[in-house]
Amino acid sequence: MTERIDVSIEHRHAPAADGGKPHPNTCPKCGSHYRDDELAASLYVCTQCGHHFPVHARDRIEQLTDADSFVEDAAELRSDDPLEFFDLRPYTERLAEAELSTGLGEAMVIGRAAIDDLPCQVAVMEFGFMGGSMGRVVGEKFARACEGAAERGVPLVSVTTTGGARMQEGILSLMQLPKTVCAVEDLHDSGGTLISVMAHPTTAGVLASFASLGDVLVAEPGALLSFTGPRVVQQTTREKLPEDFGLAEANFRHGHIDAIVPRPELRATLAKLLRLFANGR
Amino acid sequence: MAGEAELRLREQLSRLRSLPLLRGAKLSGELERLQKQLDRIVAEPSDEEIWQSVELARHPDRPYTLDYVERLLDDWFELHGDNHHGDDAALVAGLGRFRGRTVVLLGNQKGRDVKERTRRNFGMAYPEGYGKAMRAMELAERHGFPILSLVDIPGAYPGVTAEQHGQGGAIARSQAHLARLHVPVVACVIGEGGSGGAIATALADRVLMQENSIYTVISPEGCAAILWRDAGEARKAAAAFKPDAAHCLELGVIDAIVPEPAEGAHTDPDEAARLLGDALAESLEPLEGQSGEELRRQRRVRFRTIGQVPVTR
Repeated sequence: MTERIDVSIEHRHAPAADGGKPHPNTCPKCGSHYRDDELAASLYVCTQCGHHFPVHARDRIEQLTDADSFVEDAAELRSDDPLEFFDLRPYTERLAEAELSTGLGEAMVIGRAAIDDLPCQVAVMEFGFMGGSMGRVVGEKFARACEGAAERGVPLVSVTTTGGARMQEGILSLMQLPKTVCAVEDLHDSGGTLISVMAHPTTAGVLASFASLGDVLVAEPGALLSFTGPRVVQQTTREKLPEDFGLAEANFRHGHIDAIVPRPELRATLAKLLRLFANGR
Repeated sequence: MAGEAELRLREQLSRLRSLPLLRGAKLSGELERLQKQLDRIVAEPSDEEIWQSVELARHPDRPYTLDYVERLLDDWFELHGDNHHGDDAALVAGLGRFRGRTVVLLGNQKGRDVKERTRRNFGMAYPEGYGKAMRAMELAERHGFPILSLVDIPGAYPGVTAEQHGQGGAIARSQAHLARLHVPVVACVIGEGGSGGAIATALADRVLMQENSIYTVISPEGCAAILWRDAGEARKAAAAFKPDAAHCLELGVIDAIVPEPAEGAHTDPDEAARLLGDALAESLEPLEGQSGEELRRQRRVRFRTIGQVPVTR
């Protein structure tokens, strides 16, 4: 048996791609560097130190659901610009750029799928689309995913990775909190289930709405789950922050989540939960 | 700026004008109020006026929740504590008589002097505050008491302990509690409606805003720090995200604007309280005739359909 030689180690501290930013395939924790196919094969987890890299929405769906089972819903929805918002650049320009760079119409992908032949509805966020922020289209997609789950009588699995509400839609983005909360309540009233998977980061408006309302709450290791991020807490309060401030591990210790599930075990965990909630049906 | 809100108001106005003047003075007050709202809507607030709202909403002499409680409720009995481990003075809850009926009142509370400001944590609630609010909501549901919620919070407290006690989850569950109620809920933003901390107690059947209050997804300073990379650009941020009452009404986020005394609520708290009381009663009355199931359904529909259906391109 030949020992597999780890070549990735030689790429440690690979040269920065541009502007001093570390290469996206370089582990920010241990510096190991990977080829695209290596990362995809390891589910975007560093095989050296276990760091969880971000996962794009489409890759996440592929990782978690049965091959060819996913059928996307509401893919045609696009945000408009209700406030004609302009900061350093127009909002519409940021939207167009995000669509070009991610190939997605918005920061959430929803649809019907199956995990281990158990049918479910999925709502998966894309951090690459304006920081996974929740505006009206994300709120609408999540609400439709809840309705779809209720109609089909199947659980909804949400995977969140987001900085919170989308400032460029002003108060209308705040209204997505009660909107998604009401959608979860309707789903629960219909006897439906929400399984909330929180990936890094799940913060602010999404943590303060649907992501926290799952029947079961699971997080990926090292994910930041905080209403306010560490930088703002530090600046506002001048408090000394614990080393694991807001991380999944701290949330687990304080009783806010049910489990921390490493990515390689996530699919099996979801399948188990789907079986439990199906209750033999 | 025009649209639905303007049409609705114009319709209301013409209906009122054609009514025989049975209710006399009250009706003419109503006419005046609607005309004022209409004037505000037709004339889109300038960037300067928006910033003025931000300043008035934060005015140190602005009436706070307990100032209104004193003027609007009889037999006030304050509820304390979340029944778990704390009593958050930044969010008050209690029972009182409001114009002939027992209500549960929830409200964010800031302090007047340094000592009270510190005790009230500048009005920024901890998860314990939302725990207390949820307990009060359950009480209201048990006894069929309507809920009045006065919103005046810069934002939920951004601190280490608040996070350790589950700030995000508390805000989510507080909203979920409101979404489940079978009793009428009327909320009014009376100062700062700051983000998640505000919506936690504002998932209501009717949502009002006082004329000089603001309702925001993030503080103007916070938005400026992120998008302009300079908190000093707060004026620009406020002008861009339009947190004033007129814009919130136009966007369909609120149902009505509650007028204030000419120079702002702080110049005449008694008059401000009278106007607020009238608006709360007016919003509450039609809700009291509805069944609990219908109230709950309509409340959820309200938030399901807020803002327009996104466009497809």
